[in-house]
Amino acid sequence: MVEFRIDRHGGMAAYLQIVQQVQEALRLGILAVGDQLPTAARVARDTKLNPNTTLKAYRELEHLGLVEARPGVGTFVSAVPAQARPLGDSPFRAELSDWMGRAHAAGLDWADVSALVTAARAEHYPTV
Amino acid sequence: MVGIPPSGEGSRWAIEARGLGKRYRRRWAVRDCSFRVPAGVVCGLVGSNGAGKSTLLNMAAGITRPTGGSLRLFGTPVAEAGVPARCAFLAQDKPLFPRFTVEDHLRMGEELNPRWDREVATRIVRSGKLPLHARAGALSGGQRSRVALALAFGKRPDLLLLDEPLAELDPLAAHEIAGLLMSEAAEQGTTVVMSSHQLSDVSTMCDYLLAVADGRLRLAGEVDALLSAHSLVTGARLVDGVPPEIARHTVVESRVVGRQFTGLIRPEGPVEGDWRTGEPTLEEVLLAYLRSPGAPPLITADARPGDLDDAPEVAA
Repeated sequence: MVEFRIDRHGGMAAYLQIVQQVQEALRLGILAVGDQLPTAARVARDTKLNPNTTLKAYRELEHLGLVEARPGVGTFVSAVPAQARPLGDSPFRAELSDWMGRAHAAGLDWADVSALVTAARAEHYPTV
Repeated sequence: MVGIPPSGEGSRWAIEARGLGKRYRRRWAVRDCSFRVPAGVVCGLVGSNGAGKSTLLNMAAGITRPTGGSLRLFGTPVAEAGVPARCAFLAQDKPLFPRFTVEDHLRMGEELNPRWDREVATRIVRSGKLPLHARAGALSGGQRSRVALALAFGKRPDLLLLDEPLAELDPLAAHEIAGLLMSEAAEQGTTVVMSSHQLSDVSTMCDYLLAVADGRLRLAGEVDALLSAHSLVTGARLVDGVPPEIARHTVVESRVVGRQFTGLIRPEGPVEGDWRTGEPTLEEVLLAYLRSPGAPPLITADARPGDLDDAPEVAA
C-alpha cells in the first residue's frame, strides 16, 4: 500500500500527482505487481481529495497498462514500468554541462543561467 | 466524472434550477439562476458574503420558498414544506441540542427517519472516539461537526447540502471532517453541494462548481471544463489598454504592472503573437470572476438545464 501526498500549491493537477507518485513508487519498489492501491474513499479520508479525482488517476494508470481495476474489489498493480534509461551517460547531460561551462566562462552568474533555463523550459515544456 | 449511471432524465441530475430567484422586499438575493448539478459529484458553491450562497442552499433544502423559477431535485419539484426526503441539509451553525447527549442525538435520528442507517451513523461517531454520554453543549467544534455529519449521513441522503461545513474549525478538525465528508460521500455515492470560502479546499474537494456574485450565477460546470476553457496570458504591453490580439478573445480580467500585461481569457481560438499562455489554477479563475462583475458568465453546456423556454437566459 502507498500513501499519496497532494501538493495544493504546486500548480500540477491532483490526478497527475497521483499518477506520478504511483509511477515513482513502482520504480522505487514501494509498489510491486499484485499490490492494491488505496481505495478512492481511503485517499479521500487521508487527503480530502475528491474521490472522482483519484478514480480519474487510476483510469489513467490503467490506460498506461500499469494497474487493473477489479470491479468490487479494488485497483491492483499489474505491471512495473520499463526501467527508464539512466540519464548519467546521456549525451544531453554532456551537452548541458558543456553549455553551462561556457556560460560560466563568459561571466554569467547562477541567476542569469537559471533565468535562461527557466525560459527554455517554458518554451519546450509549457505545461510542466 | 463518475456518478450514478443515468436511469432516466430524472435521476441523472441532482439539482436542476430554471430561472430561479428569491427576493427579500426590494432586494434580489438570488436572480435568474439556471443550472444543473449532475448526480455523484462534489459541487463547491463559492461567492462573497451576501452573494446568495445560503439562499440557494436554503431553497434547495426546501427551507426558503423561491420567488420565481423552478427547482427540481432528482427530477422531483421541491415542495414548499420541509427538507425533501432524499436530501439532508447541514446549516453552518450545525444545530444540535446542547443538553442532549451524543447518544440521544443518534436515537433521535433513528426515530425521526424511516430510512435511518444506524451502522453508518454509529461508525462516524465511533471513528472520532466521541464519548457517547457527553452532552452536545460540552463538545468541541470538530466533535459537534462529527455528530451533525453522523446525523446527516445516517439519513442516507442522495443529496447532502452543507453550508460552510469547515468554517470555524481548527486546522486539525477541519482536515479530519473534510476527509470524513469525502470518504463517506464516496462510500455512499452521495451528491454533495457545499458552500465554502476556502478556495484551496474547494479545488481539492470539488469536481463541480457554482460561483455566484450579487445573486447571479457567474460560473457553473465541471471543474476540469471550467479550467480548460481559460488561459492565463502574459506578455509585454506595447499599446494602451487591452492589446488587440488579446481583445479578440473573451477577456475576464486583465491587469498591467509596469510593462507587463497579464490577462485571464476564454480563448476563442489560438492566441496569436508573442504571448506566454498557461492554464490558470481554479483559485485564479474564481478570484477573477468574483472581482470582475462585468465579465460574461460561463455556464458550460453540461451545466445548462435543457428546455429553458420558461426561464430567462443566464449567459447573455
